[in-house]
Amino acid sequence: MKILVCISKAPDTTTKISFINNNTEFNNDKVTWIINPYDEWYALVRALELKEVNGGTVSVISVGGADYEAILRKAFAIGADDGVRIDANPTDAYFVANQIATYAKAQGYDLVLCGKETIDYNSSQVGGMLAALMDLPYISLATKLDVAGNEATVECEIEGGKEICSVKLPAVISCQKGMAEARIPNMKGIMAARTKPLQVIPAAASETLTEIVKYELPAEKTGCKFISPDNVDELVRLLHEEAKVI
Amino acid sequence: MSVLVFAESTNGKFKKSTLEAVCYGKQVATLLGTDCIALADGALDASELASLGKVGASKVVTVKHDNLAHFDAKAYSYVVTEAANKTNSDVIIFSYNVSGKAVAPIVAAKLQAGFVAGAVGLPEIANGFVVKKGAFSGKAFAYYNIKTSKKVIGLTPNSFPITSTDATATVEVLDINIPAEQFSVTVKETVKTTGDILLTDAELVVSAGRGMKGPENWGMIEEMAKILGAATACSRPVADIHWRPHGEHVGQTGITIRPNLYIAIGISGAIQHLAGVNQSKTIVVINTDKEAPFFKAADYGIVGDAFEVVPKLNEAFRKYKAANH
Ligand SMILES: Cc1cc2nc3c(=O)[nH]c(=O)nc-3n(C[C@H](O)[C@H](O)[C@H](O)COP(=O)(O)OP(=O)(O)OC[C@H]3O[C@@H](n4cnc5c(N)ncnc54)[C@H](O)[C@@H]3O)c2cc1C
Ligand SMILES: Cc1cc2nc3c(=O)[nH]c(=O)nc-3n(C[C@H](O)[C@H](O)[C@H](O)COP(=O)(O)OP(=O)(O)OC[C@H]3O[C@@H](n4cnc5c(N)ncnc54)[C@H](O)[C@@H]3O)c2cc1C
Repeated sequence: MKILVCISKAPDTTTKISFINNNTEFNNDKVTWIINPYDEWYALVRALELKEVNGGTVSVISVGGADYEAILRKAFAIGADDGVRIDANPTDAYFVANQIATYAKAQGYDLVLCGKETIDYNSSQVGGMLAALMDLPYISLATKLDVAGNEATVECEIEGGKEICSVKLPAVISCQKGMAEARIPNMKGIMAARTKPLQVIPAAASETLTEIVKYELPAEKTGCKFISPDNVDELVRLLHEEAKVI
Repeated sequence: MSVLVFAESTNGKFKKSTLEAVCYGKQVATLLGTDCIALADGALDASELASLGKVGASKVVTVKHDNLAHFDAKAYSYVVTEAANKTNSDVIIFSYNVSGKAVAPIVAAKLQAGFVAGAVGLPEIANGFVVKKGAFSGKAFAYYNIKTSKKVIGLTPNSFPITSTDATATVEVLDINIPAEQFSVTVKETVKTTGDILLTDAELVVSAGRGMKGPENWGMIEEMAKILGAATACSRPVADIHWRPHGEHVGQTGITIRPNLYIAIGISGAIQHLAGVNQSKTIVVINTDKEAPFFKAADYGIVGDAFEVVPKLNEAFRKYKAANH
């Protein structure tokens, strides 16, 4: 079984977010970059578990500049067999999906996994776009995934509950919590990561359909009003009369 | 040119998030000087279909097919794309709830339409078509300009008010033939896991963390939610150690919510937790530690022991409810 896992890079979850150039650019200064948690903890680890049971290969792919190499090597250390970096700045989701689709179409993958969303642009869109561009079935927000022969059984989130369904492979699936448990790379993995094949290919011609024109930070809270634990009626009054939320 | 809204329903009724999306669609249509059309399931009652007129749809177009009873992202996106073509719609709006996340990106890619996923405001059209959306997991916003003539917007649930009038909509059946190969998923089982109020829809949320000491102490949290008609949520470690179901986990790696009121009990307010809830209109924090970081993000705070404060507060809420209903 051939599995492709789409890997994006994201600022560490403790990053304090700020912007430069009149709020038109994200401030990269002192940011530690990690593999987007959904891609690492769920998509990649579940792909490795499926390989361990069914055999096959797990490849990783990123659309990004040279700064993505460390991220892909980390994916190798966790256990991915090989990787592809499509050399382009990822500045539009359609562009990203189109790059991955153009490459992956010819490779005969049985499964294409991605994360639920990135933790920087939070769009949950690349997976669906990939499925459309590759003309494959799409299951979004999967919490469990098993494969038998050419069929996958997937548990996924639906509005207010979950659904268990099956789909013929190949398919694109976006992965979230429940799929797998995070793995910490061991020494052997880290050593092996250095020599695993990482192919760099040029980007295909593609349009960008959107552009980010500016960023904004949420308004700061004006300060917390403290209420005595012996006077909870006052909190109820404030919620009703001042905040008007009850 | 019109604005088309994907109008999702459950148990024969339109969802709250659908009503928000139609209201939003109506406003976008007004901005663009055109009409708002809703696309709905043809199996719904005629009166329910026409009711979308109240929230701003001038017309409701319907599609009927037995297989559409089960959710299938590929088939649904086929229907929406066809409906957009048939109604000559250039702007397509979804609620960016669980189903919107599955369908909207496919529609956007098929139409090569620029897509804003998770919009929290109306487009600004003075200079392009610029839509504000959440970014960095609730820590910031980004403004996306859509460069294409066709546009898709996924509206964040609970981010747009529902307003209504007495208008009704006309209803028209769309003849869309769905090829068999568009149905790609076989549904085996559907399980309802949350309570009556969907966490992402909820206007009031009562949430608790590790300060509750153990799952056996959640009775008073559930009681508060019940008195207020609120949904319950929790911090990540609480879900990880199985004190509470995963579906309640809010934060950067869980669900992002934006209720009117978020009450956080025994939660320290780590940056990853705040990311998922700091868009709430009003935040109340109850914590024994006056240095807990959550107080910095709160509107109202009580420094105190949840085991003493919560029962008292439940009594006060109950009294308030009795006096105001
Ligand atoms: C300077 C700058 C400008 C930007 N401008 C725009 C813009 O105008 N419009 C826009 O849409 N985005 C823009 N982005 C965001 C960037 O293009 C994102 O990589 C892209 O949009 C995907 O993020 P997302 O949140 O949309 O992905 P999601 O749809 O949330 O990602 C889902 C999954 O897709 C996969 N994935 C996402 N990105 C990649 C990748 N690069 N390589 C491999 N797999 C990936 C991962 O598995 C991920 O979990 C900009 C970024 C920068 C730094
Ligand atoms: C990559 C990553 C992603 C993460 N994503 C998330 C996420 O999405 N969501 C999330 O929630 N966390 C997330 N976390 C975890 C986060 O960093 C915190 O560890 C977590 O939010 C803490 O949960 P807590 O507040 O319930 O527990 P604690 O931090 O242990 O806080 C318990 C609080 O309860 C108070 N308390 C104790 N006893 C009482 C009492 N009797 N009455 C009142 N108050 C009391 C204490 O003073 C304390 O402030 C993530 C972490 C990482 C590294």
